[in-house]
Amino acid sequence: MRTKTKLVAWTLGSAAVVGAVGVLSALLSPAMAAGATRPLAGTFTLADGIFYAVAALTVAGAAAVAFSRNILYSALGLLASLLGAAGLYVFLSADFVAVAQVFIYIGGVLVLILFAVMLTNRIGEVNISNSTMGWASAAILCAAMLGLLLVVAFDVPWPVRVTGGAPTTAPLGHALLQQWLLPFELASLILLATLIGAIIIARKEIRAD
Amino acid sequence: MIPTLSHYLAVAAILFALGLFTVLTRRNAVAVLMGVELMLNAANVNLVAFNKFMVGGLAGQTFALFVIVLAAAEAAVGLAIVLSIFHTFKTIDVRAADLMRE
Repeated sequence: MRTKTKLVAWTLGSAAVVGAVGVLSALLSPAMAAGATRPLAGTFTLADGIFYAVAALTVAGAAAVAFSRNILYSALGLLASLLGAAGLYVFLSADFVAVAQVFIYIGGVLVLILFAVMLTNRIGEVNISNSTMGWASAAILCAAMLGLLLVVAFDVPWPVRVTGGAPTTAPLGHALLQQWLLPFELASLILLATLIGAIIIARKEIRAD
Repeated sequence: MIPTLSHYLAVAAILFALGLFTVLTRRNAVAVLMGVELMLNAANVNLVAFNKFMVGGLAGQTFALFVIVLAAAEAAVGLAIVLSIFHTFKTIDVRAADLMRE
């Protein structure tokens, strides 16, 4: 019964977040439309609906990470958020980045986090996710940060010049092996060091008696 | 075409704020790492959005790829450290880990 109430509460909360995002965008976007080239009329196409759905999925997942008391629900919220971010990459015509996001984040990092949750979360410990800084101060700080970032996002007259639209996988491969060859190889070195370091840190010590 | 640069920046700003809130309020070390992942994702969305709407080319997407790679490395090492802390202190409360050995 309790889980059902929680599920209903989470659904309602996500719907509230979605509505908030929509209202916020509707309120803030006319203010910044002075120099923009988009049509102001109510042309709400299917693509816009999909964009808002993906953005709402991202934000709702992030909200679940931030506010859920159950760490497992937080991990599932992170799944939704990362999936939504991959959708945003698709909207930004960054196809390879979207696929890499799904492969690396959802297939790798999230599984790793789920393993860590299940290996470390003890059932009796319910108050492990209590606040450490106090909700009030943290909320004030985050709200100030959010306000600042939103003002920057909507008030700065960005010199927009839309480009792209072509598939990026093959050009990205060429760029990685020509222009960014050194960072590419360094990344492989870092991954190797990470692999060895993670094994050394996380292994159990076997003491010889 | 309604989704402009500002829309993406707004989504990334909300993501970043929620990630910051997670990092600030959680005592569970794994949850703190989740908040860090959220903030890295917000930065990535910004990178790809600026690449599409202002810069062009592929530099922003390449940088986003490197950020993804480094985030994966960070998650692996971070979670290994969390597991090690759990073995040592029998808890993953970040306030309990104030020593580097037993």
